[in-house]
Amino acid sequence: MAAANTNSMISLRAVTKRFGNFTAVDAATFDIAAGEFFSLLGPSGCGKTTLLRMIGGFERQSTGEILIDGEPMGTRAPNQRPTNMVFQSYAIFPHLDVAENIAYGLANRPVDKATIARKVAAALEMMRLDGLGNRRTNQLSGGQRQRVALARAIVCEPKVLLLDEPLGALDKKLREEMQIELRQLQKSLGITFIFVTHDQEEALSLSDRIAVMARGKVLQIDTATALYEHPNCREVAGFIGNMNFLEGRIAGVEGGLAAIEIGDGQVVKVPANGQAAAGGNAILAIRPEKIDAHGSATAPQPGTNAIRARARASSYLGDRSLILADWRNGAAPVSVSLQNRKSLSGDGSSGIGIPGPDSELWLTWPVEAGVLLTS
Amino acid sequence: MTAISEAASDQYDQPATRRPEWVDGLWLIAPTLAIVVGMMLVPLLAIIIVSFWTQTGFDLEATWTLENYALLFQPEGKLYRILIVKSLWVSLVATTAVVVLAYPMAYFMAFRIQRGKLIWIILLTVPFWTSYLLRVFAWKVILGFNGVINSGLKAVGIIGPDGLFEKPLEFLLYNPASVTITLAHAWAAYAVLPIYVSLEKIDRSYLEAATDLGDSKWKRFWRVTFPLSLPGTIAAILLVFIPTVGDYITPTLVGGPSGIMIGNSIANQFIKSNNAPLGAALSCVMMLAITVAVCLFLMAIGKKRLKGADI
Repeated sequence: MAAANTNSMISLRAVTKRFGNFTAVDAATFDIAAGEFFSLLGPSGCGKTTLLRMIGGFERQSTGEILIDGEPMGTRAPNQRPTNMVFQSYAIFPHLDVAENIAYGLANRPVDKATIARKVAAALEMMRLDGLGNRRTNQLSGGQRQRVALARAIVCEPKVLLLDEPLGALDKKLREEMQIELRQLQKSLGITFIFVTHDQEEALSLSDRIAVMARGKVLQIDTATALYEHPNCREVAGFIGNMNFLEGRIAGVEGGLAAIEIGDGQVVKVPANGQAAAGGNAILAIRPEKIDAHGSATAPQPGTNAIRARARASSYLGDRSLILADWRNGAAPVSVSLQNRKSLSGDGSSGIGIPGPDSELWLTWPVEAGVLLTS
Repeated sequence: MTAISEAASDQYDQPATRRPEWVDGLWLIAPTLAIVVGMMLVPLLAIIIVSFWTQTGFDLEATWTLENYALLFQPEGKLYRILIVKSLWVSLVATTAVVVLAYPMAYFMAFRIQRGKLIWIILLTVPFWTSYLLRVFAWKVILGFNGVINSGLKAVGIIGPDGLFEKPLEFLLYNPASVTITLAHAWAAYAVLPIYVSLEKIDRSYLEAATDLGDSKWKRFWRVTFPLSLPGTIAAILLVFIPTVGDYITPTLVGGPSGIMIGNSIANQFIKSNNAPLGAALSCVMMLAITVAVCLFLMAIGKKRLKGADI
């Protein structure tokens, strides 16, 4: 794992950052490929920004090494690294106009004025800021400021672009537009992007791969689909999307399936990950939208998991309905999300039917839809 | 649509008898306004009026005349012309010294002190716990013939029969240089505080961005930190320059015959020479000179940079 991948742009080797007794980043070790759109995702205070700032050279790691394009960065300052940063606050210089801001980094390069002017004009055009070159930066809208910050970093042609929650300050609609623009920009430039966000939807929709972090640790690095469908621990499963956790004991493993006793004599099956062993404690994780709810009269089909439950509450959300169902005393209720494919009658009582409070239900889901978590 | 309905509802919400806002504002500034009008505007107008009068013996003669001003352009007015230029020059040198000394102090407080900034600010004001007069006297003690510097040099043998100098240094006191030194010290805190505030206000991410875009620390200072601290630096320059031009105490105490400034001359007209109209005219000319100097200074800095930097 630690061996340098030949096409990895960034290699982190046990990168650790401590502030006094507090470990902000704990032995982060992973590679980021050239041209990858890589996200660091986690709740605030999880160490994602600290990790990004260490890659950029704004913080010095306590131990470990960071390699960019095969070169160890050591204690190099940000101006000595092939990276550029888009700051959360944009950090657009208020005493310079838009074009001067974009040209800022180029002035430190051995290029003549004509080249700088040409590159700035190209960047303005690419970021759809044409004609705004002479604007003062306090006359720009949020989206324009964002694009100026991006243009200023991109004209320096870094090997890696670091983005620290760049869309956090924008309203929802603008943020969605900028997400699409960012993705297109990254594809057309082919630069490696490292994107820090606490917004899971943003990370899922933009990234090639995502590292989920919590309490300074990197929990899982995977594609969006893999993270959602096959989380490797309860924390990742709970952080990304909604998840039901059914706690129980492994009764046996047979044919790649683990049978889990979840109390009241109910047994459900789930694909066994390699480590599952009979007798151990286990958690079955199942997404609300993978569960189907049937009236109690309907017999469960063979080959699917089924548990008995009682509806506690339901809410109609337009495209779908949410049902909260109690299935065992003392256990957290299971939430079920049903797609409202058929139209409901005005009072919602017929059609596919939302179960009323206290009605008996069978909750069923395909065996392969569940995820076995042993931790 | 919404704008129209909001405006309409505003009409009904507000009582018809409500006072306009500027009336409330006027009440708020009334005490200050009274002081400004009574203590500044009226005396200023009096000075301007008196500067067009003449003095006969012990009486002011209230006939309009330009004689006082004309004097400044005649050969007899040469002394005043020299004093005006000299005052501007001494003050300019002192201001430059103050800002050059104050900037690093302010920079240190803004960027190097992490905890206990208030203590540093209080320490900075410690010299101001004694009066201006006493501080100027202190410099007289330090720079004098038998003062701290000379007796110190004597003690280590630099001054003495075998030393570098035979007699105590006389050039330390009673000249324009001693005036400049004293002014520079006395006004330092006035310059540190505005510069400190404008440095403190600079978002640290600007500095990180500059480094990220390839600047060395030195380059970053001149491209980002200094331009963004200009409002405070300009305020410091004006705060020190304007009052020191007309300073009266310092040149009186440490200036000696060669160190006197226009302030002394104006005071002389009012007190010793008993020629208030000429003193008033000199005051007016001095005010005009300072105004012109400040305007030239601000124009040189340029409107554009000021506008951008005050964000």
